[in-house]
Amino acid sequence: MESFGSFRRKFAPWNDPAAKPYITFEKVTKIFGDFTAVDDLSLDVFNREFFALLGASGCGKTTLMRMLAGFEEPTSGRILLDGQDLRGIPPYRRPVNMMFQSYALFPHMTVEGNIAFGLKQDGMAKSEIDARVGEMLKLVKLEKFAKRKPHQLSGGQRQRVALARAVAKRPKVLLLDEPLGALDKKLREETQFELMDLQVKLGLTFMVVTHDQEEAMTMADRIAVMDHGRIMQVATPAEVYEAPASKFVADFIGNVNILDGTVEKVANGEAEITAAAQGLTIRAETGKALAPGQKVWFAVRPEKIRINREKPQDASFNAVEGELWDIAYFGDMTVFHVRLDNGTLIKAASLNAVRKTENPLTYDERVWVSFDTDAGLVLTA
Amino acid sequence: MQKLIAAIAGRLVIIVPYLWLLILFLIPFFIVFKISLSQTAIAIPPYTPVFNLADGIAANWDKLKELSFANYLWLLDDPLYYKAYLSSFFIAAVSTVLTLLIAYPLSLGMARAPLTLRPTLLMLVILPFWTSFLIRVYAWIAILKPEGLLNQFLMWAHVIDTPLNILNTNTAVFIGIVYSYLPFMVLPIYSALEKMDHSLIEAAQDLGSPPFAAFWKITFPLSIPGVIAGCFLVFIPAMGEFVIPDLLGGSQTLMIGKTLWSEFFSNRDWPVSSAVAVVLLVILIVPIVLFQRAQARAQEEGR
Ligand SMILES: Nc1ncnc2c1ncn2[C@@H]1O[C@H](COP(=O)(O)OP(=O)(O)O)[C@@H](O)[C@H]1O
Ligand SMILES: [Mg+2]
Repeated sequence: MESFGSFRRKFAPWNDPAAKPYITFEKVTKIFGDFTAVDDLSLDVFNREFFALLGASGCGKTTLMRMLAGFEEPTSGRILLDGQDLRGIPPYRRPVNMMFQSYALFPHMTVEGNIAFGLKQDGMAKSEIDARVGEMLKLVKLEKFAKRKPHQLSGGQRQRVALARAVAKRPKVLLLDEPLGALDKKLREETQFELMDLQVKLGLTFMVVTHDQEEAMTMADRIAVMDHGRIMQVATPAEVYEAPASKFVADFIGNVNILDGTVEKVANGEAEITAAAQGLTIRAETGKALAPGQKVWFAVRPEKIRINREKPQDASFNAVEGELWDIAYFGDMTVFHVRLDNGTLIKAASLNAVRKTENPLTYDERVWVSFDTDAGLVLTA
Repeated sequence: MQKLIAAIAGRLVIIVPYLWLLILFLIPFFIVFKISLSQTAIAIPPYTPVFNLADGIAANWDKLKELSFANYLWLLDDPLYYKAYLSSFFIAAVSTVLTLLIAYPLSLGMARAPLTLRPTLLMLVILPFWTSFLIRVYAWIAILKPEGLLNQFLMWAHVIDTPLNILNTNTAVFIGIVYSYLPFMVLPIYSALEKMDHSLIEAAQDLGSPPFAAFWKITFPLSIPGVIAGCFLVFIPAMGEFVIPDLLGGSQTLMIGKTLWSEFFSNRDWPVSSAVAVVLLVILIVPIVLFQRAQARAQEEGR
């Protein structure tokens, strides 16, 4: 089997046909009035998985979570947790805890009081509650703030209280709705790693909602890309990036160049495609069954495109000339926008691996962009 | 020059409320206080001494010496007065509790109603203010009297055989006060409940609280500032209420407002009735200060 990218840990129950899913959404539909928020969605999540729901705002991520937490019932379909059908079980009896997008901290209780709330509700002994609260405060590094009220905390501290409160009961599944949405960029990046550590340490199943693809790719074992209440693809971050199932996913995740083309011929796992508008012949490795004359898309990521002043030795395929139109410098890398003669803009990224470049590329130069036969992906959907 | 005008204008803005307080509260209060230190007399006005700037300083100084706290000692002597204060306190307190018991569920229902319906419900609560207070209290006479609407209805429904005697009892006074002051209780409680984030309730449920526990541990504590405000807004005016006990209450209904009225109009004893009013004010200052403190604290905590 092909593999993409790098693995965070050896953990892939979704590839094991014998593994039983922990959470199952079975043809779940949720309709509000005449609006379908979740549309005939099926999904399996495995025990101890860090699972991310990724999609644009309004695509139904929160609704999906709220159905698992019990705040909404599916209009049709079933949700199973550890083999148990959840229909009709109220939120306060589900072994699932949620960290709310707004944190929803109780303003009249201290940090301690907030964390202890769920434990008291379970009738846990006082000494045990104190021990657990202490443990949680240590886990999120808020020991010094135990007696503070939420309005006396910073945004990052509140986020950690919400997290501690949600994990204090050791739920089977922790739901996190945009857990880092209200934090600034730097704090968000730090917290991503803290969340990942926490998930491994506690051995819980995490399901996190986000609209930030970098966040999803950093943290998750697998990502479900959602659009209009449907799942477009479920795969590891690297697969979603390198082997998107459709044009939508390719476009949604990261930067990509997408060209319209027509299949000329297919031989030995390699397709020849003409992108007539750009006057470009593409040769691309593909496992897909394609027929000559078929309309397809060719998707290639900017960092897999080379940019040179000199014409490549074999410019008969996967190479095209254009004018350097725009340069976006990001420090670690530079993205060049090359305008082909028909007006198409091609993005090519190169890593700034050395500090000084002699005679760098500048605006308005004529340049060649080229790529290998395994650089891009032929998409039929 | 322009700066000077701006500075004066700026001061003026601060001065206006103080001016208001001075003209409409402090000056009348001192006039009443002065009268309370005088003696009754068969004259116009019906008390002595009467100060007059035209008499010169020396004559006025002599008159000042005539003022005394005798009326206050009189209030202490006669059990009628402290009984009236106690009874007013009791009636106001019971009415406040009853109003709270009715207003809280009402406010909760309003705050949980669909967003589009809330302005209408709010309007319905405020609507009675558009009719005269006096007319609404008179209407209660028509409802509560032995041959009134309530008794007719209850007898028609065979709940009772003989008319209930409600009018001219303390019960009628409670009904009147609860009815009249309900909006003052509903509005602050509603506003506290309405601005509460519903996700707090969901969070409580998510952490294992059934709906009633979530209400008791989250919703209710967070609405306490509204409850306190509402209680003071009902208790303070109810304590000095006159119209309701006079129209709906009976001869045994003892309230300080009624006592004050009869001292003033029946006995024409302005000094004693002024003393009664001053004492009432002093008694009410305690809850007013408490109320202000509670308000300030609630504001500070940013709820
Ligand atoms: N209670 C509700 N009533 C009506 N429409 C709702 C309700 N909850 C969510 N929606 C709608 O469902 C869609 C999906 O919402 P949501 O799940 O919150 O999206 P996301 O979390 O992906 O941004 C939105 O268009 C939203 O307006
Ligand atoms: Mg959302």
